[in-house]
Amino acid sequence: MVSQTEKPPKFSVKDLTIRYGTTPALSGVSLEVEENEIFGIIGPANAGKTSFLKVLNRMDTMTEGMSYEGEIEFNGINTRKLRNLYALRSRIGVVFPLPVGLPLSIYDNVAFSPRLRGINEKKRLDQIVEQSLTRAALWDEVKDRLDSLGSLLSGGQQQRLTIARALSQDPDILFLDEFSIAVDPVTTMRIEDVLVELKQEMTIILVTNLVQQARRLTRRTAFFLSGECVEVGETEAMFAGDVKDSRTSDYIEGRFG
Amino acid sequence: MKHSTQMFAESDLNNRNRRYEQLFKTLFLLMTLLLIIPVLVILGTLIVKGSGSLSIEFLFTEPTNGMTEGGIFPALLGTVWLVSVALLISVPLGVAAAIYLSEYAPDNWYTRIINLAIINLAGVPSIVHALFGVGAFVIFFGFGTSILAASLTLAIMTLPVVIVSTRESLQAVPHAFREACWNMGATRWQTIRKVVLPNAVSGILTGVILEVSRTTGETAPIMFTGAAFFLPYLPQGIFDQTMALSLHLFVVATQVPNVPESLPYGVALVLIGIVLLMNTLSIAFRMHLRSKKKW
Repeated sequence: MVSQTEKPPKFSVKDLTIRYGTTPALSGVSLEVEENEIFGIIGPANAGKTSFLKVLNRMDTMTEGMSYEGEIEFNGINTRKLRNLYALRSRIGVVFPLPVGLPLSIYDNVAFSPRLRGINEKKRLDQIVEQSLTRAALWDEVKDRLDSLGSLLSGGQQQRLTIARALSQDPDILFLDEFSIAVDPVTTMRIEDVLVELKQEMTIILVTNLVQQARRLTRRTAFFLSGECVEVGETEAMFAGDVKDSRTSDYIEGRFG
Repeated sequence: MKHSTQMFAESDLNNRNRRYEQLFKTLFLLMTLLLIIPVLVILGTLIVKGSGSLSIEFLFTEPTNGMTEGGIFPALLGTVWLVSVALLISVPLGVAAAIYLSEYAPDNWYTRIINLAIINLAGVPSIVHALFGVGAFVIFFGFGTSILAASLTLAIMTLPVVIVSTRESLQAVPHAFREACWNMGATRWQTIRKVVLPNAVSGILTGVILEVSRTTGETAPIMFTGAAFFLPYLPQGIFDQTMALSLHLFVVATQVPNVPESLPYGVALVLIGIVLLMNTLSIAFRMHLRSKKKW
């Protein structure tokens, strides 16, 4: 039996290789994401970062030609053997690089996931919507127009709406895939503050191509480069120069990428 | 380096290019204007020669005196019957097939064969559809010559239109919306029902209206399967035969002696009026759809 103090890691990945058709996108990744940490993944474009997130919530089954080898365990359970992938995905909140406000009202955007879980009671939904929007630092801006379209909000607001939607899932873990790409610096800082608070309750995987963002937020960081996981380590140590591979220090010091 | 005056001086080559530019532009414009002429001539002739016979009475009375006098009510009603039943069959079938092809089908040889079949179905001549209808629905299924057999034939003929237009409306909904829903744990069907279909429905309806306008004018597919030359009674159900506007036009224009000239023109005017009305509706719908775009 697993005792309370020896909880399995949130995600445990062993010898992961991801392919599109026969072309490998990422190979030989082994790492663990621990509970209540912000785990960073940095690396330039085409490193395989997004593909990595996609197999973690088994979106490979929804993507033409995508497959993976290796073992992925979520809370100690092999995700390949899971039959109810919908339940797995509902435990994981995902925020995309470009904000995706669904063409529904702001309210319905945030109530979407609770409704999928079978929550239909108006009072309960109201409560979840308000709570999620508040935690995503958007409530004050939209509380008087919850009926207007989510897809017509500004970019920064839509991104916070996406985060509120992810939080409405009451997730175990949050994936943020380069969330600040289409967001102004002020909003980025507000979202970063939100993430630090959320860390108390959930695990976060933060994919970013902003090296300094990883440094500000993450405890440990993985560096992906051209379909390879170069190394995984304590973020502070990495930035202090304690790296196993010179490509890592070259990247974080801005010599390429 | 050249001075700017030299740079913009006109060479012979420039002049020739400009002349050609003018020539081709005029040529293409003329071709476009040529297109409009037949439309104007057809409409003009019909209105001039046919509007005399148009009246409320013409629309709502039965033809009399060997179809040389009276109105077109049974044919008008018959066309409504045929088109409605055809829609009831082809829309659910076509929309379902389009949803499968757009949302579920993997990109493999099997799907490609289905797509090829749809394109080919669209290319089958209507008279071949008619003969298929006779063999399949009139004889094999034993529906006889009836509204049902004729509408089934029409439905199969217009199915590709419904499938293609529905599929395009579905694909116009950005893929990112689907990904967002799937990532929240929604099934494909939940995603289709809550996000994809509501945003595609206006486009689907536009396609359906266009289908109505096509179906209304078809003659060959209903000639042998359910439409009658003349019937002294109105159809009571889908197993009856019926008259139809398109066939009625053919009959009064070529098969019946001593028809006053304005009668066939009147019938044609009603027929083209319905088609134009449907097309206008569909265009209005599309404009409405653009103005309500949600992203």
